[in-house]
Amino acid sequence: MSTDTKLDAQASEILAAGYEVTHSKSPLFYDHYERKADLQQQTHYCPGCGHGIAHKLIAEALEELGLQDKTIFVSPVGCSVFAYYYFDTGNVQMAHGRAPAGATAIKRACPGKIVISYQGDGDLAAIGTAEIIHAANRGENITVFFVNNAIYGMTGGQMAPTTLVGQRSTTSPFGRRPINEGFPMHVCELIASLEAPAYIERVALSDNKNIMKARKAIRKALELQRDGVGFSFVEILSPCPTIWGKDPVEARKWIAEKMIPQFPLNVFRDHKHDPVVNNPVPHHTIPETLEIQTTDQGPRPELPKHQHHFQQFEIKVAGFGGQGVLLLGQLLTEMGMREGLEVSWLPSYGPEMRSGSAHCHVCLSKNRIGTPLISHPDVLVAMNEISLRKFAPQVASGGLILYNASRLPEDFELPQARVICIPASEIADKLGSTKSTNIVMMGALLEETECLLTATAEGVLETKVKKVELKEINRKALAAGHDFIDHYVRVGAVTQPDGFAY
Amino acid sequence: MRQLCKGNVAIVKGAILAGCKAYYGYPITPASEIAEAAALYFPQVGGTFLQAESEIAAINMVYGAAATGQRVMSASSGPGLSLMQEGISYCAGSELPCVIVDIVRGGPGLGNIAPEQSDYFAMVKGGGHGCYRNFVLAPASVQEMADLTVLAFELADTYRNPAIILADGFIGQMMEPLELDYREAKLPEKPWAVQGTHETRKNVISSIFLEPDDLEAHIRKLEAKYIRASRLEARHETFETNDAEVLLVGYGITSRVLRSAVEMARREGLKAGLFRPITLWPFPKEALRKAASKVSKVLVVELSNGQMVEDVRLSLEGKVPVEFYGRTGGNVPSVEEIHSQLMQRVMSLV
Ligand SMILES: Cc1ncc(C[n+]2csc(CCOP(=O)(O)OP(=O)(O)O)c2C)c(N)n1
Ligand code: SF4
Repeated sequence: MSTDTKLDAQASEILAAGYEVTHSKSPLFYDHYERKADLQQQTHYCPGCGHGIAHKLIAEALEELGLQDKTIFVSPVGCSVFAYYYFDTGNVQMAHGRAPAGATAIKRACPGKIVISYQGDGDLAAIGTAEIIHAANRGENITVFFVNNAIYGMTGGQMAPTTLVGQRSTTSPFGRRPINEGFPMHVCELIASLEAPAYIERVALSDNKNIMKARKAIRKALELQRDGVGFSFVEILSPCPTIWGKDPVEARKWIAEKMIPQFPLNVFRDHKHDPVVNNPVPHHTIPETLEIQTTDQGPRPELPKHQHHFQQFEIKVAGFGGQGVLLLGQLLTEMGMREGLEVSWLPSYGPEMRSGSAHCHVCLSKNRIGTPLISHPDVLVAMNEISLRKFAPQVASGGLILYNASRLPEDFELPQARVICIPASEIADKLGSTKSTNIVMMGALLEETECLLTATAEGVLETKVKKVELKEINRKALAAGHDFIDHYVRVGAVTQPDGFAY
Repeated sequence: MRQLCKGNVAIVKGAILAGCKAYYGYPITPASEIAEAAALYFPQVGGTFLQAESEIAAINMVYGAAATGQRVMSASSGPGLSLMQEGISYCAGSELPCVIVDIVRGGPGLGNIAPEQSDYFAMVKGGGHGCYRNFVLAPASVQEMADLTVLAFELADTYRNPAIILADGFIGQMMEPLELDYREAKLPEKPWAVQGTHETRKNVISSIFLEPDDLEAHIRKLEAKYIRASRLEARHETFETNDAEVLLVGYGITSRVLRSAVEMARREGLKAGLFRPITLWPFPKEALRKAASKVSKVLVVELSNGQMVEDVRLSLEGKVPVEFYGRTGGNVPSVEEIHSQLMQRVMSLV
């Protein structure tokens, strides 16, 4: 027999066993695998490995569709980590299991390109379960090729989520026992329970006929991505002769006899979505969006001329959440800023807020502010009794407490500070909205301390309060706070039941 | 014109001004406002915002976007940063520039959401696996949250390396005036990126080097970058150090308290000064050595049980006694507390 006839005979023998002879090499592969350290004419895959066939089918499809330049191939951690040795396309190698996350961002950065996430069963169905499910659920317009060989190849044969019941692996030495490891995972079926995916099919590299089906599925998945239809997913039941301890022919038989019954070949999803309604997103320039005043928006407003009587003035505002405690602090801070001061506002946050109380620190200063945390405020605005009791002892000696009530609690021990009771909630109620209690307190604070200008307050309220009705009430509330100090506090002492007068 | 802005929001504003095009993240207190601001701003200016399924996914999305050459960021707090470490190591290994923000909360474990500075080791010393470094920038004001974010993107691109903004819950939650200038961001060429084009077709983004010699050469190359960065990129700030007899050292929110403590000490006649590292990596060793050259004592204050203090001691090589005062659990020391610590320690000198 001549060499040729010998080869032919071998070929027909292999074909008879359900083997495809693949001599031609796709031009989409590099000619010479220069990125490999040695043996640069052959791949690093074992003889009969399904990865080689899957690579070839993908390369051919990309080539036929003319997508080579546009393709970004995302490779996993697994035996196919070195896909970039072979594919003459853009290549990004990702952490174990995370290829769909990387592919998501790549596609969003390069929307018109073809992004392929190529993953093994450990990569996709174990460590990367969350990433694949969520990429599928978002309907990312990428294509995922899922090579299911029922084992961890790269790391030497440990159990995969797709390992069959009873199948031995180095980490299931007695065979997979559902009582310990559960059952094989059916990823296509899982993904098919989601709404977004456009195309889901399971194919097998078990014989020529099935390889031809795989070829079609791979091509279709890529076409759908190219056409922007949505998430396409092809699971490829694939031989790993080395770890399975079988020769290539036996390995293919094993797919047909053992894997396919467990993982039925099927098209699980093949449809275009009806168009869905997405709320529109407004588009603005960067300066508009970031509220950056550019010079062409007219001259900067004049700062109010105000000689502040302090180097630094510290205010603590405290009360229930919902009393506008944080807002009052912010408004004062904004006012200080508009008056050309250095300012800082520091809120209490988190669970502390959830329990119902809130407080914030406001610092107004002529100099750069050191700590924004106030230990001894010049003024405490206490919106409720708990805050009064909690923070009054911290007030600087000679400081001021503004308390939202008509009188002090009976057993309250007076600190080294002046206290003014202001029935701000009542006043605000009468004006038509309890919500402006904080603004009544602000009016009183400004009138009593003259730390900032009422005109600035009016300006800030004008720009910061959006609701027209509330604007009007707030104006009145500010004035009422003022008046309260003017009429009831300055004109004639008001005597408290406990004998405390001011 | 100045605008009153929250620290966490300032980060996003800075990022957009720096030409950042995508944000991938997962919510966590006290960093959630960063994701919320990003969700609001990025789509409006034509960028991408995506809430990932986890911080693991988020950092790998960052990796993917960075591989295409986009300026991209993520933000989280301690637990989320722990989950991101593998991905950050991959970014460093594959030389992908990106910016990641850690608004530090109390730990270990679930800890609490109050401010700490206990992620210094995790961020500055690496955190993930392998021989790599992160740039680590520590803002101390709302203005710096924006400015250092811009700088972080520049450093990340210049060195093709992750850059981290390490701030705490207080700086994140605080509001202060923020002054922003709009200029179209100048983005560097990235011929190495993978963009699905003919020109970039041969590009590979990868961190795998199978041959020991190849990996060693790669690590040497990274190391050369880190040496250059250490020489060129260390930044710091000093306050009243010229005639200082005691030097306070702290970063972030702590440096603000220390600044007030220096003022208080000086009012009482004690010549105190402040040294504040702005870059935690590279650590401003030389500058610290200079600032500490004439003092008789250094007091390092951190919201941890002592992390940066190790770098201070390494820098000063035992030439000056270095003492430490730390608070944890979310407690931020008051100025009075620092003052009394300072006085006790100075008294112990005489
Ligand atoms: C975080 C992490 N954990 C574990 C590994 C080790 N590892 C590398 S590949 C692999 C499994 C590969 O199996 P599979 O995804 O099925 O691919 P195959 O090699 O079979 O193609 C594992 C566990 C890793 N690289 N990273
Ligand atoms: S171990 Fe299995 S999956 Fe890996 S290359 Fe060999 S045959 Fe292929």
